Amino acid sequence: MTSLLPIDFLLIAACAWLLTGLSGLLAPRNTRFVSKALFPLGAAIGIAMGIAALSALGGEAQTAVLVIGLPDLPFHLRLDNLSAVFALLLGFASAGISIYAAGYFRKGEGAAPGVLCLEYHLFLASMLMVLLADDAYAFMVAWECMALSSFFLVTTDHRHEEIRRAGFLYLLIAHIGAIGILLSFGVMTGGVGGGGGDYSFAAMRTQDLAPFWSSAAFLLALAGFGAKAGLVPLHVWLPEAHPAAPSPVSAMMSGVMLKTAIYGLLRVSFDLLHTTIWWWGVVALAVGLVTALFGVLYATVQNDMKRLLAYSSIENIGLIAVGIGLTLIFHAYRMEGLAALAMTAVLYHCLAHAGFKSLLFLCTGSVLHATKERSLGKLGGLIHPMPWVAWLALAGVIASTGLPPLSGFVSEWLLLQSFLFSPGLPHPWLNMVVPVAAALVVLVAALAGFAMVKFYGIIFLGQMREPALKDAHDAGPWERAGLLWLTLVTLLLGVLPSPVILGLDAATRQLLGAGLADTLNQQGWWMLAPISDERASYEPVVVLVTIAVTLLLARWLVRRLFHGRVRRSAPWDCGYHFEGPRAQDTAEGFSQPIRRIFEPGFRMQRHFPAARDKHPVYRVKVEDHFWYWCYAPVARLADRISALIVRLQGGRIAVYLMYSFVTLLLLLLVARP
Amino acid sequence: MNLSGFLGQVFAILLALVLAPLLSGWVGQCRAWFQNRTAPPLLLPYYMLQKLFNKEVVLAHNASSLFRAAPFVIFGCMVLACAIVPTLSTDLPFAPAADALALVGIFGLARIFIALAGMDVGTAFGSLGGRREMLVGFLAEPALLMVFFTLAMIAQSTSLATIVDTLAHRELVIYPSLAFAGVAFTFVSLAENARVPVDNPATHLELTMIHEAMILEYSGRHLALIEWAASLKLYAYSCLGLALFFPWGIAPGDNFLALVAAIPLLLLKLAIGGVLLAGIETINAKMRIFRAPEFLGTAFMLAVLGLLVRLLLEVRT
Repeated sequence: MTSLLPIDFLLIAACAWLLTGLSGLLAPRNTRFVSKALFPLGAAIGIAMGIAALSALGGEAQTAVLVIGLPDLPFHLRLDNLSAVFALLLGFASAGISIYAAGYFRKGEGAAPGVLCLEYHLFLASMLMVLLADDAYAFMVAWECMALSSFFLVTTDHRHEEIRRAGFLYLLIAHIGAIGILLSFGVMTGGVGGGGGDYSFAAMRTQDLAPFWSSAAFLLALAGFGAKAGLVPLHVWLPEAHPAAPSPVSAMMSGVMLKTAIYGLLRVSFDLLHTTIWWWGVVALAVGLVTALFGVLYATVQNDMKRLLAYSSIENIGLIAVGIGLTLIFHAYRMEGLAALAMTAVLYHCLAHAGFKSLLFLCTGSVLHATKERSLGKLGGLIHPMPWVAWLALAGVIASTGLPPLSGFVSEWLLLQSFLFSPGLPHPWLNMVVPVAAALVVLVAALAGFAMVKFYGIIFLGQMREPALKDAHDAGPWERAGLLWLTLVTLLLGVLPSPVILGLDAATRQLLGAGLADTLNQQGWWMLAPISDERASYEPVVVLVTIAVTLLLARWLVRRLFHGRVRRSAPWDCGYHFEGPRAQDTAEGFSQPIRRIFEPGFRMQRHFPAARDKHPVYRVKVEDHFWYWCYAPVARLADRISALIVRLQGGRIAVYLMYSFVTLLLLLLVARP
Repeated sequence: MNLSGFLGQVFAILLALVLAPLLSGWVGQCRAWFQNRTAPPLLLPYYMLQKLFNKEVVLAHNASSLFRAAPFVIFGCMVLACAIVPTLSTDLPFAPAADALALVGIFGLARIFIALAGMDVGTAFGSLGGRREMLVGFLAEPALLMVFFTLAMIAQSTSLATIVDTLAHRELVIYPSLAFAGVAFTFVSLAENARVPVDNPATHLELTMIHEAMILEYSGRHLALIEWAASLKLYAYSCLGLALFFPWGIAPGDNFLALVAAIPLLLLKLAIGGVLLAGIETINAKMRIFRAPEFLGTAFMLAVLGLLVRLLLEVRT
């Protein structure tokens, strides 16, 4: 008997997830069994799967054929380095989320826990199959399973109308995206074997498409995967679906599912289409920049904590798309070193975002459970009753803002480095545009700081805005374990960039033929110097240790030389004594500067109180321009067309019979043999 | 890491800790002279620090653990920043720890903490200050990074030590892009260090405060550390500006004599810089908070212009 390869382990993991999910149906109403046995089991499978994927990293691609599906159309599966990186991501993120979910799902909330468990594990297994698929057919089947299982997860609480609406919007856009992907695969198989068509990825790789067709395939894939990832203008489902879903599901969707779309985009643009045209990169760069800027601006003005995070996910996906665009540009001009740098930034940001965004979504889940409140305007001061969640969320906030020494900074640093060393592109025009794009990336990162300070400060700091918040309780042990796991991932990704990049090297090498391993400074694990240490270097461990040592030394010295006395009293606040919670900034108030500076970017409705109002009300409603630019006209058009069609339906059988008769006559006239 | 390099590093940090309050005192003194006031003593900041360290801490009832930790974190960040900026020599063991981009990140980390600490007690002025600080931050950070980008293009490196080395020991070429970058850097430094025209460190009017509003609730050793960190930040920015735009005199390696010679030169440059800063603060009035975007937008535009000038006129490919 041959020994088991990593791909076999991954397949076993997928089956194990399915079985775990199915066993939820044995006792669908038994919350205890489902949450305390099945979800931890799912987490263990996730960790095992992650380890198997890690062991596959750097090795040869492994293939397998599954004889399920239609006759003559078996599933081709393949585990190469790119899939392994994303499978690793899926493994470690899902482990944390599943552990958390073990403590999260309670009795009497939405669907039966057993059903939820089935949907959740089906979702996990289908994401894994998306990563393993090696033909268009298997890919689309897994992709649709993923979309459907996540749709049911989003609509867990389907009694609320807005949750149903969010679910349908998600399903609609997921399918628009799926059409794009399907057409893209269709274009790529176009030339093979006449009518029969070989839908395996291996056949697509050998295709030599004309530039027009390969561009068409790329643009279709960008639109299709962009719909899933949340690229503007197909982002509208994210801010609706994320708040609607239970928090572990939001975390899974934002942290992992969006990355499967990135995986698909990378797979198509660097693996299946082996020629690259430079303007593809410009398109991806432009779309990414618009998405990132849009996402972060809207994140700053949100008043619902999960919506804020959803917009922040859009921003991060935008940054990833910017990185992909840059990689495409460099790759098209055969500047492989720089392409490898940008690609590493992309993959690193995928990993980092999976860690910190899952963490933040799970923290909002704990807040939601403790307070039953999603609106920032009714939270505040939660660091007192929930210190665990607050401090762990702070790690997520720092990483998400892209600050050292946590994970978000490493990927942004790599991205900026690849921007910085771009001169030398053969296009003078590109040489001008690329640094300005870098400036916009920096603006996005800085604005993300604003959004995250708002998120954290309003939820966890200040005075409690509602008296009921006093009864909030901290996260339970399971939830804490999940949060701690993801914090640990965020920290490790932040302080150990070099080993991680060496791991990612296999994937960049597979896609671009070049990696960073040759130029990466190998002097020590603590140092990150992707090109040479003369050019740029970053040692997160030194940063972390220096800050920590200074902090402790300062504390010790101050207490030693002076004293450590503390007295509590009422806040000073410049002597003003009406210091109730209403005097603090509201969520709306905090983002007022942004609304004012970037006013044209928002669609705002404001109501100001008059000076003599007895009950002054201030209201501001910010809506998405794209909804009115792109979606409302389409919806109106559909309405109008259906109104026309309704006229045909008079409801009288005689009229319908006449339609049939006329049609028959016409056919006889037109389609004579 | 050799011993002399390590000692040099420790010396640079200690020098920063000692000189930073002195620089603040000097700027305050110059400002008073320019404004025809009686000048406070030069050593006033030290007296302040000593007084504050001796006083007991008065904490608001609902101040959280984050509020108590923040001054130490901010202080740590600023000490690290001062350790990275090449003040006396470019051969610092800590120089590879963080390049220009990471330095901006470290300042950003301190900013996040001070803004969060401002929001912690939940007073009207605290959150006002936090919001304004983040506003200034997101406007200033891109401009600062564009300045660093311009310099990085000249030196082909983002490492501060390499940039300063390149600029200090180049043949005498005038880079027009440096002029743009220098003006932009000055604008950003004023905003980042809460100076007139963006903020006023001596203000007593709460509604115009930015930095002061966030730290209203601090007292005792916490306030002392924040004040010290603020002066360290001013020192780091001054040294950075001097090192980038007037790099002459910075020792290239761990040459002991050059290092000794660099100290008086640094003092002289800082003294002149302090006079100029006081001059700028005297001839300008504080602007409304919503003029700050225009001010920092100008800085950003200048920095981008510098970058484009660099790309268009100076690079011959």
